[in-house]
Amino acid sequence: MRVPFQGAIDCDLHPALPPTAALLPYLDPYWRDQFANRHIDRMSFNLTSYPPNSPLSARPDWRGTSGGPGGDLDLLRREALDRFGTRLAICNPLHGAIALFNEDMAAALCAAVNDWVARELLDREPRLRASIVVPMHDPLAAVAEIERVAQDRRFVQVLVLVMGDLMLGRRVHWPVYAAAEKLGLPIGIHAGSTYQRAPTPSGWPAHRVEDYIAQSAAFENQLVSFVSEGVFQKFPGLKLVLIESGFTWLPPLLWRTGKLWRGVRPEVPWLDRSPAEIIRDHVRLTLQPIDAPDGEMLLRTLDHIGSDRMLLFSTDFPHWQFDGDDVLPAGLPDETLRRIMIDNPLETYRRLREGGEIGDNAHRKETVR
Amino acid sequence: MNVTVRQRAAAQRLAIVDCDIHPALRAPSDLHPFLPERWREHMKTFGEHVRHGLTGQLPYPRMMAAGMRADAFPEQGPPGSDLDLMRRQHLDQNGVEIGMLMPLSRAGMEERNLDFAAALAHAVNEWQRHAWVKQEPRLRAGIVVPQEDAAFAVQEIEERAGDPAFVQILLSPRSSDPLGHRRYWPIYAAAERARRPIGLHVQGYSGGHASTGSGWPTYYLQEHYAMCGNMQSTVVSLVFEGVFERFPGLKIVLIEGGFAWVPALCWRMDKHWQHMRAETPLVKRPPSEYVREHFWFTTQPIEEPENPRDLAEIMQWVGFDRLMFSTDYPHWDFDDPQRAFKAQLSEAQRAAVFRDNAKALYAL
Repeated sequence: MRVPFQGAIDCDLHPALPPTAALLPYLDPYWRDQFANRHIDRMSFNLTSYPPNSPLSARPDWRGTSGGPGGDLDLLRREALDRFGTRLAICNPLHGAIALFNEDMAAALCAAVNDWVARELLDREPRLRASIVVPMHDPLAAVAEIERVAQDRRFVQVLVLVMGDLMLGRRVHWPVYAAAEKLGLPIGIHAGSTYQRAPTPSGWPAHRVEDYIAQSAAFENQLVSFVSEGVFQKFPGLKLVLIESGFTWLPPLLWRTGKLWRGVRPEVPWLDRSPAEIIRDHVRLTLQPIDAPDGEMLLRTLDHIGSDRMLLFSTDFPHWQFDGDDVLPAGLPDETLRRIMIDNPLETYRRLREGGEIGDNAHRKETVR
Repeated sequence: MNVTVRQRAAAQRLAIVDCDIHPALRAPSDLHPFLPERWREHMKTFGEHVRHGLTGQLPYPRMMAAGMRADAFPEQGPPGSDLDLMRRQHLDQNGVEIGMLMPLSRAGMEERNLDFAAALAHAVNEWQRHAWVKQEPRLRAGIVVPQEDAAFAVQEIEERAGDPAFVQILLSPRSSDPLGHRRYWPIYAAAERARRPIGLHVQGYSGGHASTGSGWPTYYLQEHYAMCGNMQSTVVSLVFEGVFERFPGLKIVLIEGGFAWVPALCWRMDKHWQHMRAETPLVKRPPSEYVREHFWFTTQPIEEPENPRDLAEIMQWVGFDRLMFSTDYPHWDFDDPQRAFKAQLSEAQRAAVFRDNAKALYAL
């Protein structure tokens, strides 16, 4: 269904990526020289997970005529923000810098992308916020980048891909979580792979659609990784947002991890509560894609999740997850929709509550359509 | 540069066979005449589906000019896409009598969708024939096959077995399983029947495994070095799976993977085979004997030991009859036939390496 009132907070929106040459001003002289000499400035840095022409990568009416999927800022304003009455939207740049093996180059390029986002998107459109792109395979470089960029409080989250080289709960990544907790930034885990590993435990599927379906299993395993490793005991202030993950797989995960935990508690003695309780406290999921048809089963599934605090409104613009304005599931009461569209995002992202125009003021701006 | 002097020098040179030349598409649409509409659409919409995180580019960006000779860029299209420039700059200039085409990108070997891989491989083969070999009698094609689908690979080989434009079969050594595995044996049987060697060129696209046994390297320097390890594991697999006992006529060419490691690997295989041979009864003879009989090696990028004589020694150990000159035109680490070899070779050795070995192997 359509959004019933104004003021939504869109927690997953993908701006078109800049051509690499546009990032040169944001690189230091060494990398500018390298990029020019090696023709890296002519490369596109599209992730294998989102090839530009794939139907998933852009809805037909959101393809844009310039700037790649999602088009230019005008299209984004009109189609992603105005169309849904969105008050704030978090940009998640899916840039290939994170798939580079050269950690120095990845760090330099991530920094350039972040600075480009600040100048070309956040400065030009006050409704936009952004996630920080980090070279996660070099956790100390990631920490440095988080601390540098987080000084700009329009950056509200740290962005990583769900499939990388190592499971995200492993201790090698903990410095990143320490920094994120300290700065009040959720860790946003987005669908996609650096393909350092086969995307499924049985190997490499032939088709892109199989890879995409496999994302939800990757989210499940990462969630179990975070819980089992005790990340939330170590960092009690840390929040995790699963982005473009789907959410219909969540209830079976809560049930099964609860049962398993009861059976194997001595192996993970730091888990003082059931995984479901920990997950409901620390983990949020964005709305799109809604991997079920509208109707009773979807409403029951939402109920199975056992909390109305977990879902965060998202359009996933320009990815093709729904048609027209049909962004919300049908049949939810207004107070649940308000939680999904406004309250849950504000509670998840502390930085969205900052600033005079934002926060308490917002509720007064709501108008029923 | 003094053109007349260079031209005179070229005329005095030994005519050579270059075992590694990379042709490139001017644009993906160069393949359109050879692809059914269904796959043209697929290529445009979904692109290549490979086992790396970036689409349309390599995950280890190359060095100078995207890994190309800076002087090899034609006015339009990438290096290697302009036959006239290739003729002028390389075939004529360097006295290339015969050149082996080695199509790398979109060649179907790294594509995960095997139906697309089959269509691509077929199209690349047609493109080699029409756009290159038909236009330039000095060039020869390699049969690209979607190796992870042995049945189709065999079909493609058999279709081209009677065509003298195609002188070898090209596989990727970065395969989904080590190439000695039996799922690839139908390809070796077809190669034997077609009397074509298998050419294995180093690859930038993975078959689904990290480029080292301990994971992914960080720098291109490491990734490039790791190609030697990839060649070694391929040799070991082919030998210890007993491929050469089953296919005694099979010939393998390792392209751009180096050769200085060959003696050391042979010694090591022989030593451990002695004590472990009960495990691999298919291997009847010391592994080094299979290598000596079934493998050929191209020279570029030629090793450069501190003492050039050391290289001559290694070449002796590998066998002067098993080394074949290659330039890797138009890539950045091109070996110039006049300058690349620092070791002193006799006239007979030079003739063998620069021309005669390849002529014999490929029946040119």
